[in-house]
Amino acid sequence: MKTRKTTLLVATTVVLALGASACGGSKDDEGGKGGKGGSAAADAALTSIVNKSEKKGGTVSFEMSDEPDSLDPGNTYYGWVQNFSRLYGRTLTSFKPAAGKEGLKVVPDLAESLGKPSADAKTWTYTLKKGLKFQDGTPITSKDVKYAVERSNFAPEALSNGPTYFKAHLVGGDKYQGPYKDKNPAGIASIETPDDTTIVFKLKNAFADFDYLATFSQTAPVPRAADKGAEYVKHIVSSGPYKFSSYEEGKGATLVRNENWDAKTDPIRPALPDKITVRFGVKQETVDANLISDNLTVDGAGTGVAPATQPKVLTDPKLKKQTDNPYAGATSYIGLNVNVAPFNNIECRKAVQWGLDKASVQAAAGGDPKGDVASTLIPPSVAGYSKFNLYETAGNKGDEAKAKAALAKCGHPNGFKTNLSARSDRPSEMAMATAVQASLKKIGIEAEIKSFPAGKYFQNFAGNPSYVKANKLGMIMTAWGADWPTGFGFLDQIINGSAIKPSGGNNVQELNDPAINKMLNEGIATTDTAAREKIWGEVDKAVAEGGTAVPLLYRKNLLLRPASATNVTVSEAYLGMYDYLLMGSAK
Amino acid sequence: MAAYFIRRVFGAVLLLLVVSAVTFAIFFLVPRMAGQTMDQLAAQYVGKDANPDTVAAVKKNLGLDQPLYAQYWDFIRQIFVGADYKFGPDVQHCDAPCFGYSFKRHIEVWPEIVSRIPVTFSLAIGAAVIWLISGIATGVVSALKRGSFLDRFFMSVALAGVSLPIFFTGMLALGVLTVQWPIWSDGINYVPFTESPLDWAWNLLVPWCSLAFLYSALYARLTRAGMLETMSEDYIRTARAKGLKESRVVGKHGLRAALTPIVTIFGMDFGLLLGGAVITETVFSFQGMGKYAIKSVQDNDLPIVMGVTLTAAFFIVFCNLLVDLVYAAIDPRVRYS
Repeated sequence: MKTRKTTLLVATTVVLALGASACGGSKDDEGGKGGKGGSAAADAALTSIVNKSEKKGGTVSFEMSDEPDSLDPGNTYYGWVQNFSRLYGRTLTSFKPAAGKEGLKVVPDLAESLGKPSADAKTWTYTLKKGLKFQDGTPITSKDVKYAVERSNFAPEALSNGPTYFKAHLVGGDKYQGPYKDKNPAGIASIETPDDTTIVFKLKNAFADFDYLATFSQTAPVPRAADKGAEYVKHIVSSGPYKFSSYEEGKGATLVRNENWDAKTDPIRPALPDKITVRFGVKQETVDANLISDNLTVDGAGTGVAPATQPKVLTDPKLKKQTDNPYAGATSYIGLNVNVAPFNNIECRKAVQWGLDKASVQAAAGGDPKGDVASTLIPPSVAGYSKFNLYETAGNKGDEAKAKAALAKCGHPNGFKTNLSARSDRPSEMAMATAVQASLKKIGIEAEIKSFPAGKYFQNFAGNPSYVKANKLGMIMTAWGADWPTGFGFLDQIINGSAIKPSGGNNVQELNDPAINKMLNEGIATTDTAAREKIWGEVDKAVAEGGTAVPLLYRKNLLLRPASATNVTVSEAYLGMYDYLLMGSAK
Repeated sequence: MAAYFIRRVFGAVLLLLVVSAVTFAIFFLVPRMAGQTMDQLAAQYVGKDANPDTVAAVKKNLGLDQPLYAQYWDFIRQIFVGADYKFGPDVQHCDAPCFGYSFKRHIEVWPEIVSRIPVTFSLAIGAAVIWLISGIATGVVSALKRGSFLDRFFMSVALAGVSLPIFFTGMLALGVLTVQWPIWSDGINYVPFTESPLDWAWNLLVPWCSLAFLYSALYARLTRAGMLETMSEDYIRTARAKGLKESRVVGKHGLRAALTPIVTIFGMDFGLLLGGAVITETVFSFQGMGKYAIKSVQDNDLPIVMGVTLTAAFFIVFCNLLVDLVYAAIDPRVRYS
């Protein structure tokens, strides 16, 4: 009898234990706390500031599925870190936190004004504002900015993540060994700091976009004494309105107010929340669920909701109002390598341009929310974009007759065989490659898909000319976003002959057209902004005439703003993510 | 007993050395055999600006310019004596046990692993308690009530548990309990035990149950099979004939003998989980060892891969050693000589 009772008791416990993972205790579906959605409509944050607020306090929470390359402003290439690091690192210049095209304007930050160029645009001078302080109260000087540029550009043995544009453009940049090897405190001679508030950059070539380079997080000052190289990320010294109260590598961070930040010196940062939390490595679906239930302020990565979440937010009218679908400042395209036959023949390239059904590629990528069909390399959200379409076809579905005519001219009237490379761990790119393959088959071009892991795509395969040639990768799927939102920032690394590298290059077409190189060099030496931007459109058109790049999509992201997020607007300067400098939270 | 123990410890150390050599070979030797050069390997850690000077600087700093045997020797040596690195203005000392510096992030590997151990241990220990209690109890009840409704019901649930992968049950539980019926309305986030024991347990409850659901099903079926076999043994009949209480017959004579294979498999399972519950940590976004291992493999961050692999191997070896020692306690037939 006793055994029977024990058995029953055990049984009951077991049933409860086994069922625990599937049971739920709530009867009512309250739909979470979100769902109010505010009064704003879908895409409202593209042109306006949604839930505008000046109320200070609360916590802005960030989550993202990935983790950053580094939160050290001097050791990052990630777009979202460039945006985010402005909360704790002020730079010489920055992008105006404003809605729409206003957000593309460069404004002074640490500097009193934008850079003063010499007549030949080779020397750029900035004067720092008075009263700037680090988080410990010590004054920020021009030497701290110089040191920040030196460590971020000249110490690849320790800080290898960031771009090296300063190194490439500064006089003597190829000789200077960096502050960790070269112990001379004077540092590189081509950055002069005649006094504590003046910094002068001397460049090898004219560079009219220098104010954009000055927006890079690499100009956020670093006190030499606090620099521990790669370990600096654990003890970042703030110059902005927030400082780190905790940092855990690969997990997250918490930022609190920096008492030594003076709002009077900083008109561009409203600094609304009292606290900012960041969590890395959260599953994208969980990030999305947290946004929907209003338990999170923003998906920090800014690349939009997961494919699984997309239909849910687009079919729910309440949630749809909370979405924004901005351009991501990037274009997906196919590079046709001019050193791989038959793409050494312009007519064969034109056959692809005319024959491709871009509408089917767009559908494969996920439809409208993922991007608009592209006809230019420069996307509409980049300064210098010029609208044209040299290969216009009805409904973007391709023109079989024109494609076949081009094929006949290139000596392959019945088509040809080639290889098409794509990144195996990027489902969207693989889907687009499959659509490209199917589309070209109709005109007799048989493209065999070769897939490679994204992590080694440019180093070992698509960006490695010897591999490309040996393996006849005629068509290369790729996508590119600008390092800074101007035509030069977008085009230089993907079409300039000087960007062809033995490995890791992004000029996958291996385009080295002297006329185009010359236009780029002349454009970047043009100090008149309007004239310069006109040139970028012309360069883009020249590339289209050569047919070496087949623009597919202007990438777009489907962002979701929760009801409690305030001061929300999309920043075109930061790849279409929300502007983190402005954001606040009602929570 | 002491001799046996020393022999086993020696064997365990040898095994760990072999594991380290094999892991090292997989990540350093095999790519080289496939034609990858150390330049190409170094090029993965230089960011977008992969010019030859940068690659050379990174290669030297990561020690990739050394012969393979020297790299392996350095790796083993620094575990015991530490090492010096220069990833900044000053030379930094990495104290023993030094598992090297991350290629990708240039930070010490061992403190990163240590910071993730509490997450993985919390997950593994809680889940193990649940699955042991529920699995063994279910198995015993099913065996004693063989053919009954209860037996069929438990075994059906167990079959479901074995059949449903953790990424399904975990995602389902997460979706249902945080979104559909938001009992965990703030989501499920790991809270350290030292910060709040209550929040720690509350946030781990769903991951524990999800993980335990899979394992308890396995253990229920194992226990049932073992109990059915044991309960038909002659000594059980003898025990009953002697007039022992049924609970004593089942508990002391039946279950104790049936536990031996359970303990064996538990040692393996638990050791494996201590090395990282990869899927569970990924589903619930817990920053444990398993998630760290996945990330480091994706990043090709070899020192971390080596560190995590060795740590995981250590736990498995250690748990198996413990199991061997526990055998004598639970099975009177086992003697160490």
